[in-house]
Amino acid sequence: MTVIELANASRWYGNVVAVNDITMSVGPGVTGLLGPNGAGKSTIMHMIAGFLAPSKGTLTVNGAPSWGNPDVYKSLGLVPERDSVYAFLTGEQFVRATARLHKLPDVDAATRRAIEMTDMAEAAGRRISTYSKGMRQRIKVAAALVHDPEILLLDEPFNGMDPRQRIHMMELLAKLGTEGRTILFSSHILEEVERVSGTIQVMVAGRLAASGDFRAIRRLMTSRPHVFNVRSSDDRRLAAALVGRPYTSAVEFTAKGLQVRTSDFGAFCAQIAVLTRDHGIALRELLPTDESLESVFGYLISNQAN
Amino acid sequence: MSSLFNPVVAAITVRATLGRRRAFLLAIPAVILIALTLILRASHPAGGAQWPDPVLGDMGFSVLLPLTALIIGTGVLGAEIDDGSAIHLLATPIRRSTVVVTKFAVAALLTMVFAAIPELLAGLLAPASRKLAIALFVGALVGSVIYSAVFVMASVLTTRAIAVGLLYVLVWEALLGNLVGGVRILSVAHYSLGVANAIYPDQNLRAGLSLTTSLVLGVIVTVGGLILATRRLSAFAIKGEPA
Repeated sequence: MTVIELANASRWYGNVVAVNDITMSVGPGVTGLLGPNGAGKSTIMHMIAGFLAPSKGTLTVNGAPSWGNPDVYKSLGLVPERDSVYAFLTGEQFVRATARLHKLPDVDAATRRAIEMTDMAEAAGRRISTYSKGMRQRIKVAAALVHDPEILLLDEPFNGMDPRQRIHMMELLAKLGTEGRTILFSSHILEEVERVSGTIQVMVAGRLAASGDFRAIRRLMTSRPHVFNVRSSDDRRLAAALVGRPYTSAVEFTAKGLQVRTSDFGAFCAQIAVLTRDHGIALRELLPTDESLESVFGYLISNQAN
Repeated sequence: MSSLFNPVVAAITVRATLGRRRAFLLAIPAVILIALTLILRASHPAGGAQWPDPVLGDMGFSVLLPLTALIIGTGVLGAEIDDGSAIHLLATPIRRSTVVVTKFAVAALLTMVFAAIPELLAGLLAPASRKLAIALFVGALVGSVIYSAVFVMASVLTTRAIAVGLLYVLVWEALLGNLVGGVRILSVAHYSLGVANAIYPDQNLRAGLSLTTSLVLGVIVTVGGLILATRRLSAFAIKGEPA
């Protein structure tokens, strides 16, 4: 069952394209929207939440467009990335006010339930201005959950959380997902997405680079060629030794040593030390050059283009 | 009408506007007006003094009222839009018209408290006609309503609402309004003066519009401003980061 549907959705600001021709379906369960900073994740989130109109294409939530349709918030909760809340209210007042804005029949019970769900009961009586960033995130989640929405959108929900809060939030999202809700959260941290969601949508430079089961995409990510900068006591002999190995796809001399391209990340890392020892070469530097998330995403998108 | 006013939105707006000692800051101009009235009354014990007109008219009516309305009117919604907290309000099924009208009602009420009521108190303390004091008070009440609609609208239309509001009050109303007659048709100050002058005709008020014209134009500006603000808020968008 598809709850959120984007069909060829694009969004641009003047000449700058933020989101480019995205077609995506999100159904019940936890889905991670993964991508480096500036990939267009927040733009997608804001479009789904009805705070941005697509410049082109269509976007629907439960079959209805979310733009210009406040009724969509009856079944949708939003946790924005921006840290601005009504800091002069206590956490409990903030959640209660949200419950009243939703015109819930039992405001007290809904407020209590949402606060307990997010583990904020102890701090609920304090002003939000005294909260840590992680606590602010959680009280925002409590407010977004107060009307028991079918869909929950969270923009970078783990930002500013300590490890314990992070684990608690991950457990909460997983629980909400197994209850049959549609949870979509954005993150630029691979491990966060890996721990919470089975399904991911990977965005790079405004485009959808990969979509589907996390494990399959992870395999695609780890099987990509890796590049290392290597310095040793005898680069020429090391190059000759490396060329004879099946995991080496290319070796190049550079001003600072060697640049080695490998098709098998695990085998290269496991055997390079053994290889240098066997040849009596001292290994002085071994630096991966493309381990940033951006390069992983870049590989995915170039793969998709091919 | 009840669906156009939401008490939760109103309560949050009042707390945001008056919290953190902002109420004291808003009260300072009103206190200055009343204090100046008391000082001048004490220093001019003889009757027939000329000072009430410039103090109640120029300072109270042309400075205190519009500037108080400007600070409150642009803050009730504009501040939340600027800092992003408005998203928590707008991500609920509350109608945008309800948000705008509630914010406007709070702004108008607070402007009455911090500008119209001090104007009445100063008028009653000054050695002027009691009827003039009441006329100025009613004019200030009308001005509070219209100014609030204009400045709430400005805060939704532009992020530089205070600068735009200052230009309107100081250049359009105070400067051009006194030099070019036609400007009065689009001057909230003159709508208010038109009402005050109808209650207590006084040449010193320099009212340029009749009561009917003032009321009709005032209603058009207020309703038009609120409709425009609602339409703009319905298209409220958050800018995402470009890729």
